[in-house]
Amino acid sequence: MSADLGYGMTLVALALAVYGGIAAGVGARSGRLALVESAQHAAVGVFVLVTSCFALLTYAFLTFDFSIRYVATNTNLGTPFYYRITAVWGALEGSIILWSWMLALYTIILIVRHREGARELYPWALATMLGILAFFLLVMTVAAPPFQRQVPVPPDGRGLNPLLEDTGMITHPVALYLGFTGFTVPFAFAMAALITGRIGDTWLVLTRRWTIVAWYFLSLGLLIGGWWSYHVLGWGGYWAWDPVENAAFMPWLTGTAFLHSVMIQERRRMLRLWNISLVILTFGLTLFGTFLTRSGVIASVHAFTQGSIGILFLGFLALVLLTALGLVAWRWDAFRSEGELDSVVSRESAFLLNNVLLVAAAFTVFFGTVFPLLSEAVRGEKVSVGAPFFNQVNVPLFLSLVFLMGVGPLIAWRRASVDNLKRNFLWPIALGIVAAAVAFALGVRSFLASLTFATTVFVAATIAVDFIRATRARLRVGESLFPAMGGLLLRHNRRYGGFVVHLGILIIALGVMGSHAWSVQTETTLHRGETAELAGYRFRFDGLTAVEESNHFKVIGAFTVSNGRPLGVLRPAKKFYPQEQAPIAYVDYRLGLREDLYLVLGDFARDGSQATIKLQVNRLVSWIWIGGVVLTLGALLAILPERHKSA
Amino acid sequence: MSRLVVAWLATLMLLGATVHFATAQSSKAVSETTVHDVAAQLRCVVCQNLSVADSPSEMASQMRAIIRERLAAGESPADVQRYFVDRYGEWILLSPPRRGFNLLVWLLPLVAVVVGLAVTAALVWRWSHRPRAARAMPVVDPAMSERIRRELERES
Amino acid sequence: MKRLWRWLIPLAAVPVLALLAYGFRVSPRDIPSPLVGRPAPAFTLATLGGAPLDLAAYRGKVVVVNFWASWCYPACYEEAPVLERNWRGYRDRGVVVMGVGIQDKREAAEKFVGDLGLTFPVAQDLKGTVSVDYGVYGVPETFFVDRQGRIRLKHVGAVTDEVFQTTVDRLLAEAPAQ
Repeated sequence: MSADLGYGMTLVALALAVYGGIAAGVGARSGRLALVESAQHAAVGVFVLVTSCFALLTYAFLTFDFSIRYVATNTNLGTPFYYRITAVWGALEGSIILWSWMLALYTIILIVRHREGARELYPWALATMLGILAFFLLVMTVAAPPFQRQVPVPPDGRGLNPLLEDTGMITHPVALYLGFTGFTVPFAFAMAALITGRIGDTWLVLTRRWTIVAWYFLSLGLLIGGWWSYHVLGWGGYWAWDPVENAAFMPWLTGTAFLHSVMIQERRRMLRLWNISLVILTFGLTLFGTFLTRSGVIASVHAFTQGSIGILFLGFLALVLLTALGLVAWRWDAFRSEGELDSVVSRESAFLLNNVLLVAAAFTVFFGTVFPLLSEAVRGEKVSVGAPFFNQVNVPLFLSLVFLMGVGPLIAWRRASVDNLKRNFLWPIALGIVAAAVAFALGVRSFLASLTFATTVFVAATIAVDFIRATRARLRVGESLFPAMGGLLLRHNRRYGGFVVHLGILIIALGVMGSHAWSVQTETTLHRGETAELAGYRFRFDGLTAVEESNHFKVIGAFTVSNGRPLGVLRPAKKFYPQEQAPIAYVDYRLGLREDLYLVLGDFARDGSQATIKLQVNRLVSWIWIGGVVLTLGALLAILPERHKSA
Repeated sequence: MSRLVVAWLATLMLLGATVHFATAQSSKAVSETTVHDVAAQLRCVVCQNLSVADSPSEMASQMRAIIRERLAAGESPADVQRYFVDRYGEWILLSPPRRGFNLLVWLLPLVAVVVGLAVTAALVWRWSHRPRAARAMPVVDPAMSERIRRELERES
Repeated sequence: MKRLWRWLIPLAAVPVLALLAYGFRVSPRDIPSPLVGRPAPAFTLATLGGAPLDLAAYRGKVVVVNFWASWCYPACYEEAPVLERNWRGYRDRGVVVMGVGIQDKREAAEKFVGDLGLTFPVAQDLKGTVSVDYGVYGVPETFFVDRQGRIRLKHVGAVTDEVFQTTVDRLLAEAPAQ
């Protein structure tokens, strides 16, 4: 019964969304406010219905309702309570419901926030949102219905993919999707701007906070994904340049470019065409991401796909791109440039360079991801494009971007005088060179590591220079230290939020460099009592234990770790799930500021007499997570509503 | 091999990974680092997109053992790589070899950056040399200029 | 004319979309083997019963080498009866079917063979050297080797009666080059 109810609600929601989209569009065109209002009501209806579907599905999961196929495939009687909830979005159908729900939520927020303030743009933005929502509801109805019946009703379900039984599972998809769907709103306003011809600053100002929020969630989702990969998947890494990872990274890159180029348009009224194109590109890339994940067109760890859904997504992607870009071409004349630059050496140039590098990086990642497909299409040869390629090609781009992070915020708008350059950059450059020398003295011989270190010190110094100088100015006016610093942060929260974000990126950059340049690993087979050594640590294999859990069977290896002093016992394990063909590795690790110890259990003898173990000492990886936290704090600071408009 | 790989290899060796390889009685001592480096260039065939070095799967473990054996028997890393390419095709290399059509994926990003920089430079040139209406310098009174100075100080 | 250049922008999306659409026609897991047409790599393993299994000993016959695993469900379980059936049908005509099990514990392999009643020689490739030698990237995979010891066909996935019989008949029809 609940299956039918759910399906019925989905159908009604789809109908309402379609109606709402059309009503808002017609209302916008003809100026009939009543139609726009009825579209609003339709949107509310959609939100209520989708929420109810979500609740219904969750209830089905919680009560082990195996008459619904989605529940039976993704859970079984042994699945623990909290994972039964997160399993709701653990597979294809649930992910579509989650996406739709977030779109509906964002539509409601859009209505509440903007129906008064943006008379011209609002109805068209609403129409676009409802149109996109209608598509996802269509997918939910036709291609991935979550309420399909399972007949006959099985006594037990198949079970959740064991890799998803983790806290990361609760947060990673949610954050990621909030980011992806968040970019729909700026896109909707960009479309409204194109349709109405009001391509000036209005749409930009309206969407600024939306963009930062979406960017924040996307960053969070990527970071949590990296953390999840590191501590669950058992391969000791946090980023594999997997096609679906790339698909989430590309909109982040273009979204970051957009965040920066927006500032040029705000100040100098330039780059309007570029900004609209960036938003369209970013949204298009989010659709491309969902397409990749669900179509199986490119092999990926993340792909969870079946059937016709890929074609639907490709069709929608085509529709969106051709319509949006067509509108750009239609409105081409309106973009006549008022661009004016005073000097090449200026903040505008730095931001332009930032954009070129970010979009080039996005292009690199995109081309590398689709190249296997291109190679096969053109010459029938299958090739792989993996981590070594992406690392090699992207490192120079990212390092240049890090360097720019130091230049951009301090260099003057319009024209940077020699004086301005000296005042802002002399110390940081000097400190950067000193840092390189220090690295060399400490024995670092990798050119890349030294360069990264020097660049991060340079950027940190520029941030410090700015902050110190500004604090001193306030101290001179009579404020005391902490109120001065706090006041700075809060009053110019956009600027200093940006600085904190940059600081987070610096820490991440150091973590990435450390983990690539200085991590070591080995693999060895140990008999009981034997010891292996790596990087000053000793690992003694003590034996195996077998444990029966509610939905799997676990073999745990005990390894005593010491480095002169005893450091405890690490217990990597192998989990055997009845529904999985191969055992799942359960990694054990010991995190540290300087290095992580990371153990993966391989093959073992039945009687516990010997085991193969993969040992890793990963350096500076924790800095990535710390940098991530700093980054998100910075983003939160930047999102705060501004107290006083500072010029 | 690229300079990057050489730099990292050098770093690793200098920083001194103390590796104790407990089992194999090999005819030539093979450093786990070398095994790892060769394995990092090969794609794990049963996973998606992981390298043989990284993958926790059994197949990858067996492939690493084969790499170890071959290196111990005196083969060079390039030989081992060629062996795998012979059996699986170019697909098994995680980085497409820089030959022929594959050059496209290596060069196009570079081209994109160059084109982007060139277009930006052209635009910046055009914008900074646009003829501007002559502006008369306004007369500023001292109180105003004091306020401006203070604002500028706060701004920087 | 200048007005038309702007329409290149939406048009630029078309080749990308076309490429993605092409992706539906190919499977990323379908990797062509470079070994087809080349001599089948030699191997010597021991069958589960203990007898030696040497590929070279069967030169002159048509050999079907099948890679399988007991955890490969359902494909290996579907094709095992096919292999057994055709083994019995063709064994007197100079055809040998042999199974190479990978990544299995001995008991699992023996159970597989016992449960499915396989009578053709079955060995285990415990170290994985043979499967890597043959460029195996998943199970099941079946290689058809002609009388000169060259691999003529690699079949990925469960083998069917049709594939088996068509290929083996074709290889049998070729005159032995002596």
